[in-house]
Formats: sequence, structure tokens, C-alpha cells
Amino acid sequence: MSRANDNSGFLYMLPALLVLMFVVAIPIMVVVNYSVQDVFSGNIFIWAGSAWFEKTLKSTEFWATLGRSALYSSLVIAIEIPLGVFIALKIPKSGRMATFYIIVMAIPLLIPWFVVGLIWKIFADPAIGPMGAALAGFTDTYDLNRPLVAWLVILLVDVWHWTGLVVLLAYAGLVAIPEALYQATRIDGASRWATFRYVELPRLRHVLLIALLLRLTDSLMVYIEPFMITRGGPGTSTTFLSMDLIQTAMYQFDFGEASASALIYVLIMLTLSWALYSVLMKRHD
Amino acid sequence: MVPAFYVLFVAAPLYWLLVTSFKTQNEATSGLSFFPTNPTLDNYLYILTDPGWSSGFINSILFVSLNVVISIIVAVPAAYGFSRFRFIGDRHLFFWFLAARMTPSAVLFLPLVQLYTEIGLLDTHLGVALAHCLFTVPVAVWILEGFISQIPRALDETAWIDGHGQVSFFVRILVPTIAPGIGVAAFFCFMASWVELVLANALTTTDAKPIVAVLFRAGGPLGFVHLPILCAAGVLTIIPGAILVFFVRKHLARGFSMGRVG
Repeated sequence: MSRANDNSGFLYMLPALLVLMFVVAIPIMVVVNYSVQDVFSGNIFIWAGSAWFEKTLKSTEFWATLGRSALYSSLVIAIEIPLGVFIALKIPKSGRMATFYIIVMAIPLLIPWFVVGLIWKIFADPAIGPMGAALAGFTDTYDLNRPLVAWLVILLVDVWHWTGLVVLLAYAGLVAIPEALYQATRIDGASRWATFRYVELPRLRHVLLIALLLRLTDSLMVYIEPFMITRGGPGTSTTFLSMDLIQTAMYQFDFGEASASALIYVLIMLTLSWALYSVLMKRHD
Repeated sequence: MVPAFYVLFVAAPLYWLLVTSFKTQNEATSGLSFFPTNPTLDNYLYILTDPGWSSGFINSILFVSLNVVISIIVAVPAAYGFSRFRFIGDRHLFFWFLAARMTPSAVLFLPLVQLYTEIGLLDTHLGVALAHCLFTVPVAVWILEGFISQIPRALDETAWIDGHGQVSFFVRILVPTIAPGIGVAAFFCFMASWVELVLANALTTTDAKPIVAVLFRAGGPLGFVHLPILCAAGVLTIIPGAILVFFVRKHLARGFSMGRVG
């Protein structure tokens, strides 16, 4: 639909902007303030310039954490997006079963993240959880103190928690495809794969970009589930960006250093979101 | 077949949470039993009668409701503006709305605690509700914009001719017309606010402590105090979402997929 060229449209934004200014923009400016100063006893501020940024960027720990988060997000996306599309393709387009599947897909999304962590901490426990007990009985390498096992469990939890979101998005894209297109492919005698590749996939592009944007940024922010299940361990093998940041700020009281790495973290998120957003918006031009 | 397998995958850990919540502490922590030998409701009774636990539920429901109301009130005009007007920087502004959603709470919780301490919002329901707006307002604007864009401009113009003012138009004409959209947006706001822990925990001390934070205290990663009670509380936190998802099931799949970015 055509929109009127009118700058007074901006006035409608004001209530929302005011709220976001208050809870996002002001706190971010406080973080900027901390990142260039050294704070003593909470109220003595000394200019530190770029010292905290240099310290963060030279810290091997920061790069290791960033690398782990990047690997985690890549794996999560590589598993959840194809799996989500695959499941969505198998859900009937209408009827009672369709509604049932939609509700099931949405349920993990509505469980408090802490409870998701709790559920899986119990379920994967070798002594009191069925999955843990089954795996521990099957192989004696099942031990959450091994980094590989800890990673596999955390990835499984993420798949359990978030694949439903990809399914819902992909399903919404699929039901929007007109039946006439499917009839045309049947007349042409197209194979199942060709139908997917040339009819369905191009029309899913948009919802899949949204899924990618949400899963990428949310998985880079992951905190509670690994914290509950492995506490970031063994060692630091499952410590991701958010956990690292909260630990630096809460337990070491290094506000300057925490703020500098927080800003670097925000810039990474912004850059990735902007790149994906630009691709998304292309269609509208 | 594939979706059915996935349903089993989703259900198995949930089943375990449910059966554990009916067990005694002794049974839950000593080996595996797929059905409680002596099913008990004590864990649920404990939660519903203990003031620490039950007030956690009330606090959560209070700030989540407050958040939904604030989010919808500020998001409807913004969504309308994006839908009807082309103004300088509209695309960038839309991105900055989304960028708020993409900002990690781990970055924001410390400055927010300081800000709230200064102005007396710490440990209030309003404080948590406002903080959660950073996730919910962008999503609500995104969803509502899609719903409003499907309504022809003629509706606006007829309302002006009929003599409706701005406020009257929004309240009497626009909101009833996009009611399903408001439902879906409210659902996504609820979802984002209900599941969040980092901000809700950091911004509260006693009076507005949410249920997830009470749970976090009682069963953090350091160990479980009483496993079946934690499981019972976990089951109770799933119920409101399960009820809501049932109500919006018809519109749910549409919610995210449409609109400016959909």
C-alpha cells in the first residue's frame, strides 16, 4: 500500500521512542560512560580513554569467548533452520492435527528460560534423569565434565527450546503459497525436491531471514540454559558472551572492563542485525 | 511421522518434569521411576500456600500484565505511523526499534539497576514492566504494523469525515478493527516478559520478585533444595503460556510472518 509522504508521521513514534529511550538509550550511555573511565568506590571517576577497550581486545579470554559464542550460534543455526523447515514441510496445511502441531511447537517458547534449564538439568542427569541414565548406561563417556558432552547437551537443549520458532515461521510461509502453484508443478511432473527447490524455498526466503535474524541474535545472547546445566564449564568450555559479561560485572566489579566488552558485544550484534535487516528490506524497494 | 517424532522429543522432558512434581523428595532423588509410586500433591500445596512462592506468581502476573498494557499503548501509534506515513529516516528508525530487541540484557542490567535506584523504580512492578518493553515494544510494533497495513486507508478517511479525532479514531475504530492483531501482539509480549530472568531478577529485591527469580534462588546451578517442589513450580510457570497459546492458535503462525519485515 502506498504511504503518504508526511514527516508528521514521526509524531506517532514518540510514545514508543520515549519508553525505549528510557530503558535502552540511557543505560547504553551509562555503559559508554563507564567504558572510558576508571571507577573507585562507586563515585570517583578517572578518565581512562581507550585503555579498557585495548585491554579487552588484547585479552585472549575475550577472543576465546567470542569464538565459542560464534561456534555455538553457527551450530544452532545450521541445525535448527534446516530441521525447522523439514518439520514444517511435513505438517498438514489445515485441520485438527495442524492446530495440534502448532500448539506443541509453541510450548517450549513459552517456558521461562530458567525452567528450560531446570527441566534439562534433571532430564540429562545420569543419576535422576532418564536421558542421562540411558546414555550413561549405553556409554561410559557420557559425563557432563567432558567438554564435548557438555556442548552436545547444551546444543540439544537449544534445539529443543527454539526449533519450534523456526517451524512456526516456516509453516506460516508455506501456508501462504497459493495452491495453484502446486497444481502447476504437478502438471509439469516436478519431483518433490524440484517443488521444494524452485517453488517453496524461494517463497520461504523472507520468513527464513527473519528466523535467521532472531536465532542468530538470541543465540549470541544465550545465558540461562548453559548457566543452569554446566555453569559455563568444564573450565570455560561452555562460557558464552553474556555469562562472561555478567561474571565480570557482578563478581569482579570490573565495571570499566565489563562496559568496554559490553560495547564491543553490542556493536557486533548491531552489525549483524543491520546486515540481515538490509537484506530483508531489499524486497520493499 | 516426522512431526510426531518431534512431538515426542518435546514431550519427554516435560513429562519427566510433570511426574517429578508428584513425587516425594526421596523418590525423586533416588533413581528413576517413570510413574510416582505414591503420587502426592504436597509439592503443589506447599507452593500455593507458602507466601514466598505464591507472591512470586502474583508479582510475575502483575508486571507481565502491566508490560502488555504499556507495550500495546505505545506500539499501536508507532505501528500506525510506520504503516501510513513515509517520513525521513523511517527505515532507519524501524531498524533502531529492532536493535533494542537485539540488545543483550547482560549489557543493560547494571546501568538499569543504577538508574532505577536513583529514581525509585527498583523493586517495583512498573520498573520490571518498563525494562521488558525493550523486548516487547519492537516486537509489538512489528506485528501490529503488519495487521494495520492490511486495512485500507479508506477506513481512516471515513473516520475523519465522521468527525473522529485522533484518540477517538484509535480507540473506537482502529483498535477494534485490528483486534486479532492486538491479541497476537499481546501474546508475543506476554511470552517475552514471562520467560525473562536476567532483568526481572536484577531489578527486584523483595516486593516485586518474580516467580522465576524465586525459583532461581531455590534451585540455582549450585544444587537443588527440594527437587519436586522446584518441578511443581516449573509446571505452574508453564500453565499460563499453555492457556494463552490455545487461545491464539489460529493467528499464531501469522503473527511473525507478516508486515513490514514479513
